[in-house]
Amino acid sequence: MRRSWIIAIKELQSFFDSLTAYIMLIAFIGFSGFFTWLYGTDIFLRNQADLKVFFAIAYWTLFFFIPAITMRLFAEENRTGTIELLLTKPVTEWQVVMGKFLACLLLVTIALGLTLPYYITVWKLGNIDHGATLTGYIGLLLMSSVYISIGLFTSSVTGNQIVAFLTALFAGLFFNIIFDVLASNFTGTTGTILSYLSLSTHYESITRGVIDSKDLIYFASLILLFMIATEMTLSKRKLSK
Amino acid sequence: MNITVENLTRKYGTQKAVDNISFHVRTGEVLGFLGPNGAGKTTTMKIITGLLSPNNGDVTVGNYSVLKEPEKVKQLIGFLPENNPLYPDMGVIDYLAYSARLQGIAEKKIKPRIAEMIRVCGLAIEKHKQIGELSKGYRQRVGLAQAMIHDPKVLILDEPTTGLDPNQIVEIRRLIKELGKEKTVILSTHILPEVEATCDRILIINKGKIVADGTSDSLRKQATGRELLRVRIEDADRDRAFMELHSLETVALVDPLPGTSNYFEIQSHENVSSRRTIFNLCVEKGYTLTEMTPVETKLEDLFRDLTLN
Repeated sequence: MRRSWIIAIKELQSFFDSLTAYIMLIAFIGFSGFFTWLYGTDIFLRNQADLKVFFAIAYWTLFFFIPAITMRLFAEENRTGTIELLLTKPVTEWQVVMGKFLACLLLVTIALGLTLPYYITVWKLGNIDHGATLTGYIGLLLMSSVYISIGLFTSSVTGNQIVAFLTALFAGLFFNIIFDVLASNFTGTTGTILSYLSLSTHYESITRGVIDSKDLIYFASLILLFMIATEMTLSKRKLSK
Repeated sequence: MNITVENLTRKYGTQKAVDNISFHVRTGEVLGFLGPNGAGKTTTMKIITGLLSPNNGDVTVGNYSVLKEPEKVKQLIGFLPENNPLYPDMGVIDYLAYSARLQGIAEKKIKPRIAEMIRVCGLAIEKHKQIGELSKGYRQRVGLAQAMIHDPKVLILDEPTTGLDPNQIVEIRRLIKELGKEKTVILSTHILPEVEATCDRILIINKGKIVADGTSDSLRKQATGRELLRVRIEDADRDRAFMELHSLETVALVDPLPGTSNYFEIQSHENVSSRRTIFNLCVEKGYTLTEMTPVETKLEDLFRDLTLN
């Protein structure tokens, strides 16, 4: 775990050194702030003291931003060969994957932390449901973790950042919307399965303020699945070239 | 720390990159790994560092097996990979600190270790730059510094002097030689004088197999049983001198070198020297002997003999 932290902190630092972090944070705050407070069905139009608008916007903004921060993490190391040097240090593949995952999760947490003024403002404006807001943030973190692990996986299989970005978006799109759309076109078991696979179903039930073990298992298994797949991709280099 | 490589085989597809090789390196030995491109040098080194798994065989570093306890082995080894991959957007000191932390060095020992590495590798004037801003030679030094940051018992260097200028090459060789007194060093290279200058022992591999193993002296002796002389005789008819040299008892072969002057390459029979007989011949016939140089078989020739087939 200590070594995962060392890697996480190094990666977080390089996010900030390379301006990626600032661009991502400013763009995230800008987009979600604009749509939450100023445009469309914003908070004033809804006239309700909750952050539902923000959670709906963040669902989409994070979907685009996370592949952009994960795409470099393995693809760049694969391309330059630094991954080999890293793996000759006394770290396991799993520690490397964990480290990079944590770095992204920390960055997303910072981004979400910067939206706390939204929460405080709404709280001052009216009678906010603290529980639903908290679960909303938890939902965003869980959803982000899924996209991070998908992004890490697509980044680990290629040496090209653009390919990593696009495949992560494409894979994410299935969980984000395609399964949901398909679910509404099917009935019976197929429909139920597709609806269960859709991330939005689980995300919405969490943002409503209900943390169900069914949803937690869904998120945990997706995260683990892609993290293990990433670790296996890294371990595979030992066996062949 | 001793390294034992036992019956190592590694295939890529059906091609055997390393074919059942075994060798042993003792503490305080600098082993030079020689071989043409694609001979299996890098593959062997990657297996020792735990980057690749062998199809067969095992490597033991100290008492630890690479297959069973890779984490232990990795702590004992400092590795400089072939093309020295580094993070261009990291600062030199940050990168060394990162390497030190990954190696599990105690936090308060990190600073003195970095200072030591900067001194040893001559990085003082460039230490505040980003790695991407450094010239190739300085990057190579950063690569060496990260390999040695945890004071490893074993150093594995894949072509450590590529991209360095002649002064730096001399410096790095001196450094390797010095390190080799207490550590076990394995280095690979194409540059033959480098092996002679730095290594106690040479291992030549070709097509995944060991074709020669020994000190540079013993290898050279093994390659040449016979004396070879280059002789220049003036005031003599070329053809007659050739015939006369050829009729000497000790001489096996005379090879007149092209050109107008009387240059000959003379190979003696096994275990005899022709120097005296040639000199005596010249005295007897009144020729002037202006040059007689022993031609040493160079490591290059041996290398070519062993790897071109």
